[in-house]
Amino acid sequence: MREVAVVGIGMTKWGELWNKSLRDIYVETALMAIDDSGVDHIDSMYIGSMSSGIFVGQEHIASLLADYLGCAPVPSTRVETACASGGLALRLGFMEVGSGMSDIVLVSGVEKMTDVGGDEATYALGTAADQEYECYHGITFPGLYALMAVAHMDKYGTTRKQLAEVAVKNHKNGSKNPLAQFPFEVTVDDVLNSVKVADPLRILDCSPITDGAAAAIICPVELAKKLNKPIVKITGSGHATDAIAISQRKDMTWLESTYKAGKSAYEMAGKNPGDIDVFEVHDCFTIAELCVMEALGLVDKGKSGEAVERGRTAVEGDIPVNPSGGLKSKGHPVGATGIAQVVEIVKQLREESGERQVKGARFGLTQNMGGSGASTVVHVFERE
Amino acid sequence: MEGIVGYGAYIPRNRIKVEEIAKVWGADAPSYKKGLMLEEKSVPSPDQDTITMSVEASKSALKRAGIDPLDIGAVYVGSESHPYAVKPSGTVLAEALGATPEVHTADFEFACKAGTEGMFVALNLVKAGIITYGLGVGADTSQGAPGDALEYSAAAGAAAFIFGKDKVVAEVLETYAYMTDTPDFWRREYEYYPQHGGRFTGEPAYFKHVTGAAKGIMNKVDMQAGDFNYVIFHQPNGKFPFKAGKILGFSREQIEPGWLVNKLGNTYSGSSPLGLTATLDIAKPGDHILLVSYGSGAGSDAFILKVTPRIDEVRDLAPLTREILNNNKKYLEYGEYAKFREKIRKAE
Repeated sequence: MREVAVVGIGMTKWGELWNKSLRDIYVETALMAIDDSGVDHIDSMYIGSMSSGIFVGQEHIASLLADYLGCAPVPSTRVETACASGGLALRLGFMEVGSGMSDIVLVSGVEKMTDVGGDEATYALGTAADQEYECYHGITFPGLYALMAVAHMDKYGTTRKQLAEVAVKNHKNGSKNPLAQFPFEVTVDDVLNSVKVADPLRILDCSPITDGAAAAIICPVELAKKLNKPIVKITGSGHATDAIAISQRKDMTWLESTYKAGKSAYEMAGKNPGDIDVFEVHDCFTIAELCVMEALGLVDKGKSGEAVERGRTAVEGDIPVNPSGGLKSKGHPVGATGIAQVVEIVKQLREESGERQVKGARFGLTQNMGGSGASTVVHVFERE
Repeated sequence: MEGIVGYGAYIPRNRIKVEEIAKVWGADAPSYKKGLMLEEKSVPSPDQDTITMSVEASKSALKRAGIDPLDIGAVYVGSESHPYAVKPSGTVLAEALGATPEVHTADFEFACKAGTEGMFVALNLVKAGIITYGLGVGADTSQGAPGDALEYSAAAGAAAFIFGKDKVVAEVLETYAYMTDTPDFWRREYEYYPQHGGRFTGEPAYFKHVTGAAKGIMNKVDMQAGDFNYVIFHQPNGKFPFKAGKILGFSREQIEPGWLVNKLGNTYSGSSPLGLTATLDIAKPGDHILLVSYGSGAGSDAFILKVTPRIDEVRDLAPLTREILNNNKKYLEYGEYAKFREKIRKAE
């Protein structure tokens, strides 16, 4: 397999983009990545999008967006594995370049979520859970993660304040990210007194509904060297699945798909969790970040809350998690999130992250998760 | 100079608390109270509607104006809850006031902005010299679907303003209108409850138009936020007017006198006009007031007023708005409220 590098990244300000359509957001972002890379064409493209059909009533967006980007007739593929769609788009592009099938591939993600009301958005997101065994009984995503939070608190003594500390840390990081949807700080008290969503989770434990896109250009390392760009290699890729319904898992606090995808990616890269300098993980709810930290081996089982509380996951901590602000502060346009994580890790490894830069970061990891953890995609990156 | 010669307010005595509604729907009352800055809302009795409340408010306006109702040349009622789809509210009001038959009437509808539309037209007919006095009323018995966020705010009330050239208590120095096609809230024919676009009702709808109108009118007369003693914005919930004020540079002190929504709810077409009546109740001669309404669909009307010394002569000729709001309240349980609002009906 050929060595693959990320040579261009693109992301615009995320938020409630009332004046832009899905295609506007996408094209703007993809062009940024193409410009950043300096390539004069692409051979193929992948688009992660969870539910453009429900959110904007448009399927067949692979062709639509290739056309609007001015790239038709290049092959274009839409990828869907719920909120991990973006991460999977990268993995497929990585395989295509690595195998030699294509040289320059645009990997991207997009979601336009605010064209529907809150109820419909909740329904669309709910389709990432098990319709027959979960959703038909009335549960929504905050409810599923609330169950996981209660289980984690019960099993390990994780506290309500420790959950809040995840949001506080991510908002602090996000306040230094000009592209974040909510670039402001919050306090533990703000979180604990915010509107209740699904006990024990409150609104400031939850990632928001966001419009946004993110894009990256990947190519073989030999080609990257000719482009005179800082080279960030993709050295590991892992992808795994789990029971979609949390009732079918042995332990509600354990994300088996994240563990398995992480293990594959670490092995491929020849790295251990301790070798990684910076992590971008899927904090769709504060409890998710804690469970992910444990499944990726950043801390022992049950020790994540304490690690966050002690500041270990802050930008200046020993295991920096979500310097971008995470899904919590940066926003969560579901299909785009996995690629936005790549954008942040590439910025970190290029040392272009400004005030939220993890000093001397050379190895980075992205973890992008679908639903309540039934799919996970993990990638390991290295600055040459 | 043309302006308001008399004003009046009316609010039904029934109230329902946020807790009482939240209890029924299993909602978290503290979250609603904090999120929307609402405590309770007014509820009309079964025999009250937009017309009866318009009559009450207009009678108070007539008392303060001290004019002959036959001198009123125009009667305009703005509401999104006119009791009849076909048959005017304005004719009943004009008849009840003794202003018929030589009077022009019309019913206005523009979501929560209909009240200031009637005021705008009545004022400008006076300015044009076509009528001596004109009456503009904003009144609503607004409905929120059971369990919807709107149910915590949709309230009832009316405010009436008589415009003329003499006996003016507040001169209207300037008017301004700002609107676009923005579908944030609607109710189709034959539908009982309105629908809304959730968070779309905020930034691209309310805030865009309210701040657009406020900036537009202030630019027109070269005034700044600090030049006003008071400002009244449309009050769909407690938070929005303060946020709009913050964007525009107004202080809490300028907003609070006309901010009734925490105890009143959103009276739709009556909302910002009632805020103006409460502000006139405490204003002093020479004070400058900015009024900015908002109606979904969407648009804002803005008025700049300057209070005259006559305010002190007429203020106590009719009930003060905060007295109506705070006195003689009767709290309803949800069942009684549901009956009053015809959310449940007795079998025929």
